Amino acid sequence: MKNILAVLQKELKTFFVSPIAYVVLTVFLIIAGYFFYNIVTIFIERSMMAMMQSQQFGGPPPAMDVPALVTRNFSGVTSTVILFMLPMITMASFADEKRRGTMELLLTSPITNLQVILGKFLASLTFFAVMLLPTMIYYTFVFVYSSPKMTLGPVLSSYLGLLLLGGSLISLGLFISTLTENQIVAASITFGAFLILWVIDLAARGGGTVAQEIVSYLSILNHFEDFSKGVIDTASLVVYGSFIFLGLFLTYRSIDSLRWRQ
Amino acid sequence: MIEVEQLTKRYGSVKAIDGVSFRVEKGEILGFLGPNGAGKTTTMRILTCFLPATEGTARVAGFDVFNQPMEVKRRIGYLPENPPLYNEMTVDSYLDFVARIKGVDSGERKKRIGEVKEKVSIQKESQTLIKNLSKGYKQRVGLAQALVHDPEVLILDEPTVGLDPNQIIEVRELIKSLSGNHTIILSTHILPEVGMTCQRVVIIAQGKIAAVDTPENLTRQLQGSDRIYLEATGPEGTVAGKIKEIEGVLRVESQKLDGSEACSYSVETELKKDVRSRLARKIVESGFDLLEMRTISMSLEEVFLQLTTKEEGVHGK
Repeated sequence: MKNILAVLQKELKTFFVSPIAYVVLTVFLIIAGYFFYNIVTIFIERSMMAMMQSQQFGGPPPAMDVPALVTRNFSGVTSTVILFMLPMITMASFADEKRRGTMELLLTSPITNLQVILGKFLASLTFFAVMLLPTMIYYTFVFVYSSPKMTLGPVLSSYLGLLLLGGSLISLGLFISTLTENQIVAASITFGAFLILWVIDLAARGGGTVAQEIVSYLSILNHFEDFSKGVIDTASLVVYGSFIFLGLFLTYRSIDSLRWRQ
Repeated sequence: MIEVEQLTKRYGSVKAIDGVSFRVEKGEILGFLGPNGAGKTTTMRILTCFLPATEGTARVAGFDVFNQPMEVKRRIGYLPENPPLYNEMTVDSYLDFVARIKGVDSGERKKRIGEVKEKVSIQKESQTLIKNLSKGYKQRVGLAQALVHDPEVLILDEPTVGLDPNQIIEVRELIKSLSGNHTIILSTHILPEVGMTCQRVVIIAQGKIAAVDTPENLTRQLQGSDRIYLEATGPEGTVAGKIKEIEGVLRVESQKLDGSEACSYSVETELKKDVRSRLARKIVESGFDLLEMRTISMSLEEVFLQLTTKEEGVHGK
C-alpha cells in the first residue's frame, strides 16, 4: 500500500508539472462548457415552444424534465469527448519510463509490478476525476435555477458511470503504453483503439440480430447510457469491472515480459 | 557476498555471457573490465534481477536472484549506465520517491536523504530541477539514488562515463570511500580506473571471463618476463653486446637518443631474476657511464589488450 501511494504521488507530481496536463484540462473544460451551454439552451427553448403550443391549442402542458434531459445528454457528450482526452493522460505512463531508463529503477527496486501498475492506474484515474470536477459547477447552476428542484440521483450515477468508463479506457491505455517507448505512438494507438470501441458501439446500436445484441452487451460505451439515466445495473458494474481487470492484467503481463524480451 | 556460478544469458542464438563465474567478498571493490559489448551490463542486470539468466545461478547476500528477487533488490543499490532520473522532479523529491520505493522508513527518510546528499556533495542542488543539472551532477544524483537505502551491495555500471577529469577523480574517491561498508561491483572500459579503484579485476571479453585477479598480479602474471629500461654512454653495439653476456638476459633492444651520445636500452630478463646490480656493474666496468635505470611494469592497458586479443585469436580459429 505504501509503495502504491509512493508511485501514485510521484505520478501526480509529474503530471502536474507537465504542460500536457494543463492543455488537456483546459481543452476539456472549453469543450465541456460549450456543450453544456448548448444543451441547456436547446432544451429550455424546446420546453418554451412546447409550452406555447399547448397554450395556443389548449390542452395540458407537456411533461418535460429539462434537468434530466440535460444530465443525460451532457454526460453522453462527455463520454465521447473523453475518448479524445484519455489517450493523452495514459500515453506517457510506461512509454516515458521506458524511454528514460527509469523502468530499470522501478524494476530493480523492492516493489512489485502490481504496485507500480496500480499506482499508475490510480494516478490517471485521479487526474481524470480532477478533470471532471469543474463540470459539477455546471450542474450547480441547473440545480439552483430549476423548479421543481432537479433530482441529484442521475447526476451522481452519471459521474459514477464516467469514472467506470474512464477507468476502463485508462486500463487499456496503460497497456498500450507498455508496448512502446514513444509517447506519440502510444497516444495514436490508444486513440485508434478507442475509436474502434466507438465504432463497435455504433454498429451494435441498430439492434435486432443476435450478434448485435451480444456486441451491445459487451460494448462499454453502451453500458454507460444506463448510468446517465440514473440506473445502476449490476451487469454494467460487472462489465466495467471485468474490462478494468482485463486491461490491468494485460499491462501486468506486458511489464513482466519486458524482462524476458530485453 | 556475491556468488555467480556458470551464468549464461542467451539472446536468441547469441550468447551475451557464457558460463561466467566469480565471487565477491564483503567490503571488496570488484572491477568489471571489458570492451563494449563484452557482457558487463548483462551480468549486472542479472545481478540486479532486471534480467533473468538463461542458465546458472547468482546469489547476492545469500539470496538467489531468481527465486528471492525482493530480498536481493532490498540489498542492492544500482546505478545503470544512464542514471534513471525524472527530469521534471527536484533532487529532493526524486530522492524521496526513490527512498520510498526502496523501503526506507518514513521517520528515517529525511535523515538518509540528507546523508547521501552530503556524501555525493549535492546539498546545494536540493531544490534544483534535475533537468537543469549538469551531466556530472546528474551522475551524482544517480549515485545518491543507489545509496539512499544504505544497501549492502552497490552495482555501478560505468559510473565515470561522460564526466570531466575532475569529476572522474571525485567519483573515484567517493567509490573508494564507500568500500568497507559496501560491497561494490563497478564496470568500466577505462583501464586506469580499475587499477586506481578496485581491489580485484574480472576481465570479460565476448561473454567469457578472461582473467580474475588483483590489478598488480594480473600485470605480473601476464608479463612472462621483466623489463628494465636503461640509458648508458658508449657505442650502441658494444654496450648491447656486453648486456647480453649477463646471465638471465633474454633480449636487448637499443635506440639512439637524440642530442646525446648515450643510447637507451630495453632489457628483457627472465621472470623474477633481478639483474640490475650486475647490469650496472657490467656497464661501469666496461668503462661506460650508466645514466638511468628503472624497471618497467606493463600497464593494465597492455594486459587488457593482450588478454582480449588472445581471446579473439582463439575464437578466430
